Amino acid sequence: MLKKRGITVVAFAVLAVSLAASALIVHLVDRMSADTRLEDVLYLPSARVLKRVSLGYNTLVADLYWTRAVQYFGSKHHSRSSRYDLLYSLLDITTDLDPRLLVAYQFGSIFLAQSPPEGAGQPLLAAKLVEKGIRHDPENWKLYYNLGWILASEMKDYQAASKVFERGSKVPGANPAMGVLAATTAQHGGDVATARLMWTQIYETTENTAIRANAIKRLQALRVDTDIPQLEQSLKQFQEAIGRLPRSWAEMQATGWRGPTVDPLGSPYLIMPDGHVEVADPEEFPFITRGLPPGYKPPFTPDISPALAGNSQQNSQPQKP
Amino acid sequence: MPAIETIGLEKTYRLGFWRKTARQALRPLTLAVEEGEIFGYLGPNGAGKTTTLKLLMGLVFPTGGSARILGMELDDPRMRRQIGFLPEQPYFYDYLTAPELLNYYAQLSGLTGRDRKRRVEEMLARVGLAEAERMQLRKFSKGMLQRLGIAQAILHDPKLVFLDEPMSGLDPLGRREVRDLIQSLKDEGKTVFFSTHILSDAEALCDRVAVLCRGELRGVGVIAELEAKRTGRVEVVWRGLSALAEVRNLALECHASKNDTARATVTEGNLDAVLDVLRRGSAQIISAMPVRSTLEDYFIERLQADPQDEPGSTAASPDSDAPVREVAQ
Amino acid sequence: MRSILLVAFNTFREAVRDRVLYNLIVFALLLIGASFLVGQISIGIERQVLISLGLTAISLFGVVIAVFIGVGLVSKEIEKRTIYTVLTRPVRRWQFIVGKFFGLFGTLVVNTFFMAIGFFAALALQAHRLQWADGWLVVALWFIVLEFVIITALALLFSSFSTPLESAVFAFVLFIIGTFSEDLREFAQAAHGLTRIVASGAAYLVPNLAALNVVGRVAHDQALPPSLIFYNTIYAALYATAAVAAAVLIFERRDMK
Repeated sequence: MLKKRGITVVAFAVLAVSLAASALIVHLVDRMSADTRLEDVLYLPSARVLKRVSLGYNTLVADLYWTRAVQYFGSKHHSRSSRYDLLYSLLDITTDLDPRLLVAYQFGSIFLAQSPPEGAGQPLLAAKLVEKGIRHDPENWKLYYNLGWILASEMKDYQAASKVFERGSKVPGANPAMGVLAATTAQHGGDVATARLMWTQIYETTENTAIRANAIKRLQALRVDTDIPQLEQSLKQFQEAIGRLPRSWAEMQATGWRGPTVDPLGSPYLIMPDGHVEVADPEEFPFITRGLPPGYKPPFTPDISPALAGNSQQNSQPQKP
Repeated sequence: MPAIETIGLEKTYRLGFWRKTARQALRPLTLAVEEGEIFGYLGPNGAGKTTTLKLLMGLVFPTGGSARILGMELDDPRMRRQIGFLPEQPYFYDYLTAPELLNYYAQLSGLTGRDRKRRVEEMLARVGLAEAERMQLRKFSKGMLQRLGIAQAILHDPKLVFLDEPMSGLDPLGRREVRDLIQSLKDEGKTVFFSTHILSDAEALCDRVAVLCRGELRGVGVIAELEAKRTGRVEVVWRGLSALAEVRNLALECHASKNDTARATVTEGNLDAVLDVLRRGSAQIISAMPVRSTLEDYFIERLQADPQDEPGSTAASPDSDAPVREVAQ
Repeated sequence: MRSILLVAFNTFREAVRDRVLYNLIVFALLLIGASFLVGQISIGIERQVLISLGLTAISLFGVVIAVFIGVGLVSKEIEKRTIYTVLTRPVRRWQFIVGKFFGLFGTLVVNTFFMAIGFFAALALQAHRLQWADGWLVVALWFIVLEFVIITALALLFSSFSTPLESAVFAFVLFIIGTFSEDLREFAQAAHGLTRIVASGAAYLVPNLAALNVVGRVAHDQALPPSLIFYNTIYAALYATAAVAAAVLIFERRDMK
């Protein structure tokens, strides 16, 4: 029976080696250009066909597409890409298959509307998506936040946004902040306070970690955008009084001044020789408009692809509620 | 060197999902078969005959003991070249024809070129399948499959042939053909080991037989010796029924038939008395023959024997002076 | 070695004569024809539809054939006891299994070849010519063959220890899971603790059919990186080797009851 033992040993060895090697290759193939892999994600581009093929398991297939949408966005983001061509299609199909998948609308509203590289830069498509959600589920007050935000923040149409918030505030069970936003947006659409309220509500009305993380970044940016002008103003006053800029915040504090000397992440703001204030690490604050070094470019340049440009021309104006 | 030798060969199957239930299909079997013998492996259905064959063929693996064929291990390819096997109720590839199958098997067994072609043709003719050359095997009848099975077993001129119920599924003509075939194999000097539950076949063909019952070897015997045993009975056949009643009193059995003949079985002691009665009745005595014991007698006796009672044990071999009744370890 | 070739050839011969095989190929060709017609209806994307549905048809029917034949080997042979007279000849059990695998592989290559001819005929009919981009279709078909190789090896593996029905079911299930193997790996990465370990193990054990599925890409005439072709080929070879090795291990020990 020695022959048998020999075969067993060889077969075991072959099995182990080939399994290990195959796992290695899977790993290698996964790491290969993420772009090429994800292009295949829209296997069947038509939701209608999909519904038939799903044989009734619509929500299951919707979940699959939702998962892929999140991964698609996540991996594009991590690979510092700025092209999100497929995001709308993915979310559109997802919501066609499962029109009540709230998180898909919320996710889409933010990450389709935000400018690259934090989003696809397609606010019109974002609005279209959320409007679809509202059509299918008008009693869901949370979606009005998303639509209102798109109109106000990315399209600067404060009147329209205010009307959306008002409609939302009338939905039974709506958060009272909605009514507040309806009012403030109409009057002070571009205000920091309004923006802060919107983002806080967006944070509160979802459990999706990506959306929440994004909201936090937004709120931090609002903080920075408020702090910087205030600090620069204080520096100017110091200079006029003493004749030079302070060497540190401690010096200013010694004069009895109080102010925000650290950014929302705890790093001290930097005093520049020309009187400007900058954040220590601009990359931590993707949405700030103040406190950036002059000529600062984010590490990856937005690439406005033809797809994005074409879309914004093709889409008609969203219906005003 | 024996052609087949087993020492304590044993098989226990573990059944059930958790493999807790054990079924001992074959109790430790110690047996030797010499070259040139026709050895019959007898037993009722379910006795373990097929299990033994499968163990010897390497189709199932023993849970105890060992075996050698022609002095070689059971998985030795050299040994396989010299044996042939016919399984019970064989079945072959549906879509091949008989010549294709035999060619394939011949190649696997190491036959090449013209030698192979010749052998295949010979075999087909020998088992009477030459006419069905073009037919796909899925259309073969049971008898045809059986004959093909025999063909593939002896195709490569093996020294030793194993047959599992070779007569099953055959009509009387077919069975006669197979019997003649087995006899001719012996004449060619081959060893034949075949299992059956039909005693008359074994009686006609075998040199020695083993009796198996419920997985256990109950006895090994030489046919010639078995049948040489005297039973102490005589069968008398005569014509003229006038003394019938008197004979009936003296005989163990007595039958009369229409054409004025009768036969009776009497003890040796009563023989003279019966013959006197018949002569006085002017009967015409046709024959008076001693009744020999049959294999059937041996078989039944072995099945009923309780192995606990038997004395000692030795491996059976035709040369020894050991008593006819042998028991396994 | 000779025994392996003998078994392979006989397996091929037996498989090729099975009528069900032809029925399945005919169905596949019909489906290709249907995709051609469907393509004619959808203006502007005829080619895409033809390629998508056509390749999918070949893939699905091929998998059915692969499982059907793969299970027929070994499993059916054991059930019908055809195998008794083969294994009692001077063939080692492992040679038998390996030979079976190669015989089946040959059968599948021939099948795919016929289905591919039908496919390219439909394509030429639709476009009235063949173009350079069609080259990528050949790659897609090659990947489909690789898929078959893997599924066949798995069917063989399951056949070595389960009944024909069970083997078929297992093979199909693994085919479906393998198609979503990428999602499984992503899921494993996002999980924690024991779930992560189990999911990762499963994710790498399951055949990576997702990487072999390039239908979407070639339907849009996109190029495929040569390294992908290389990796996928090696992967299929390795995976099939592993499955066959496992089959050998099991089969060497199995009692032919």
